[in-house]
Amino acid sequence: MYRYDEFDHDYVRARVSEFRDQTQRRIDGALTEDEYKPLRLMNGLYLQLHAYMLRVAIPYGTLSSRQMRTLATIAERWDEGYGHFTTRQNIQYNWTKLTDVGDILDALADVEMHAIQTSGNCIRNVTADHFAGAAADEIEDPRPTAELIRQWSTAHPEFAFLPRKFKVAVTGSPNDRAVTKAHDIGLRMVRGEGGAPGYEVIVGGGLGRTPMIGKVMRDFLPKDHLLPYLEAILRVYNLHGRRDNKYKARIKILVHETGIDDMRAQVEAEFERQMREEGGPVVAPDPEQVARIEAYFAPPALADLPERSETLETAMAEDAALARWVETNVAAHRAPGHAIVTVAVKGTGEAPGDATTAQMRALADLGERYSHDELRISHEQNVILPHVRKDDLPGVFAALRKAGLATANAGLITDIIACPGLDYCALATARSIPVAQDLSRRFAAPDRAKAIGEFTIKISGCINACGHHHVGHVGILGLEKSGIENYQITLGGDHTETMAIGERAGPGISAEEVGPAIERLVDAYLDVREDEGERFIDTYRRLGAEPFKAALYAAA
Amino acid sequence: MPLVTDTGFAPDDTPALVSLGTLPDAPEGAALDMPLDADPAAVAPHFDRLSLVVVPFPSFADGRGFSLARRLRALGYRGRLRAAGHLITDQFPFARFCGFDELSISDALAERQPEALWLAALSRAVPPFLQRRGKGWAA
Ligand code: HEM
Ligand code: SF4
Repeated sequence: MYRYDEFDHDYVRARVSEFRDQTQRRIDGALTEDEYKPLRLMNGLYLQLHAYMLRVAIPYGTLSSRQMRTLATIAERWDEGYGHFTTRQNIQYNWTKLTDVGDILDALADVEMHAIQTSGNCIRNVTADHFAGAAADEIEDPRPTAELIRQWSTAHPEFAFLPRKFKVAVTGSPNDRAVTKAHDIGLRMVRGEGGAPGYEVIVGGGLGRTPMIGKVMRDFLPKDHLLPYLEAILRVYNLHGRRDNKYKARIKILVHETGIDDMRAQVEAEFERQMREEGGPVVAPDPEQVARIEAYFAPPALADLPERSETLETAMAEDAALARWVETNVAAHRAPGHAIVTVAVKGTGEAPGDATTAQMRALADLGERYSHDELRISHEQNVILPHVRKDDLPGVFAALRKAGLATANAGLITDIIACPGLDYCALATARSIPVAQDLSRRFAAPDRAKAIGEFTIKISGCINACGHHHVGHVGILGLEKSGIENYQITLGGDHTETMAIGERAGPGISAEEVGPAIERLVDAYLDVREDEGERFIDTYRRLGAEPFKAALYAAA
Repeated sequence: MPLVTDTGFAPDDTPALVSLGTLPDAPEGAALDMPLDADPAAVAPHFDRLSLVVVPFPSFADGRGFSLARRLRALGYRGRLRAAGHLITDQFPFARFCGFDELSISDALAERQPEALWLAALSRAVPPFLQRRGKGWAA
């Protein structure tokens, strides 16, 4: 894992006192509320419905047990005993007091963490594949790239006042677990001629009120051209992105209105200009720093083990619950005899992504004991233990059970993404958490969930789409109609490398109808699928929306 | 309308500005009012004759001027470069990094954000990325 050097340490501390100073200047009147707001946001502090919310960055979703313990302590001391893991690999504290913010930021700085650029019209916290460095299908660990981008984008003097927020995601695998095509910039590691790794650069994806799938700007970008190329994209966007209408200000609209070919020509010209600059581009990566970053992400020393673990096989034969959990929540690791564990932070009837202080501490202990002191946050709002010995899986499962974190539902229908919605968010038009809770109860029976197979439900409480509803197999969008919550269902979305935006099924339905309607939809799917191997999304692609619309709207 | 410089407030000494359209006929030492939506490449042939380029900041939230300045510098403009309009003290070091020499702000803003705050802003912590390259705010 990356470790701060003295520059990082000093800088994060300095930002804490700077924020105290900015707040004081607001109180003194030197800053107007309008002027203070973006400064507050760039330090992660939002104003929500009932209180301030502090959004803490977990860069590319990786953290140590010590850092997780600090997150737990913050929840205990300064919040109401829990935190909310988000789709952007951040954690949000929903009940922050303004007077505590400085102390919280100090506590974070103690463990090399911060809330910088988790909000505002700047380059946001960079996200990455949550299986990075462990996945069996990986070309290269994407995190050194993500860390380099974090360093380059932190307080970038040119890009702190962009037309709108800017989100970058990186994946090192052909199987896209980082939703790269729904980001302002998505980077996919690919191999070029001679096998050298580089990036496919995808630009102009995004969700929100105008969902768009990112377009390829460059098939292959050599690794050492990354920063000048990013800088070129950002410069073109900063100069030409729309500032007349905040709903049209994201780069996706610029790409859409300019056309990808024209946009590419502008970016390439800007890039060429930088490459020709005297002494090379200002942001040419410093090879020493790149090497230093890469060294920090060197794989942990994993034991030489046989692929098959007799201990695990025996335990699974004796314990059906363990066997089921292993089947759903354990993924292939690149090292024989090891596994990647997905811990579901969404038990039956719980709010997706909410973790209590006790649960965070339990996870920290597990990370330390079984996973080389490493944990990850996934965009599915789960926690990952990336490097676990198969022999240890029964022990991990037992500990998770104690902590109430052993739900076996990774990738299944109850692995729901939901945004905070009207329970917290000032922009919400409807609640999303209660809908998720209701659905998770309806599909709680493990055998049924397993029979349904891979199935994603994603819920947003308004058109901003923080809950990724556009790319859920089933998307649920909470709206409001004459003061009553009304939910629009979309079908056929896909968040992976075969990304698709879901299509509206028909008129919105009431909150009470959502559960029964989704149950009918699922029954219809089970009826018409070709065999157990045909996922809902495959059946949908084969048959189209009609049978599912009919089921959704069939009078109960 | 004071100027904000590295050493504090200074009296405004702006000469009459020429527009991009009249630039080809402008005399040696002219000062250009640079439109935010123009391509700086069009100005490049005239760089040698310019004594000052003024880039407007209609609002502190409109960051176009930062990129425009960097592009002007990248294209080889070495003369004085000024940001004029609404900027806040926190942006002063950013403006210096992007290639601006000075700012021009309104009297009202100068009163609300006095000289000491602008000078203090220059000692804002430099991002680690720049520090590791031995760079400060003034690029
Ligand atoms: C106080 C709460 C929040 C507010 C005010 C808020 C605001 C917004 C807004 C206005 C957009 C639309 C941006 C656009 O279309 O240009 C958006 C998009 C998004 N937000 Fe949030 N959000 C909040 C919480 C969250 C949470 C909790 C998550 C993660 C679970 C999240 C992740 C996202 C994502 C993934 C998108 C869509 C991707 C994109 O940017 O196009 N947000 N948010
Ligand atoms: S989708 Fe809407 S309701 Fe949900 S968090 Fe985003 S802004 Fe709030």
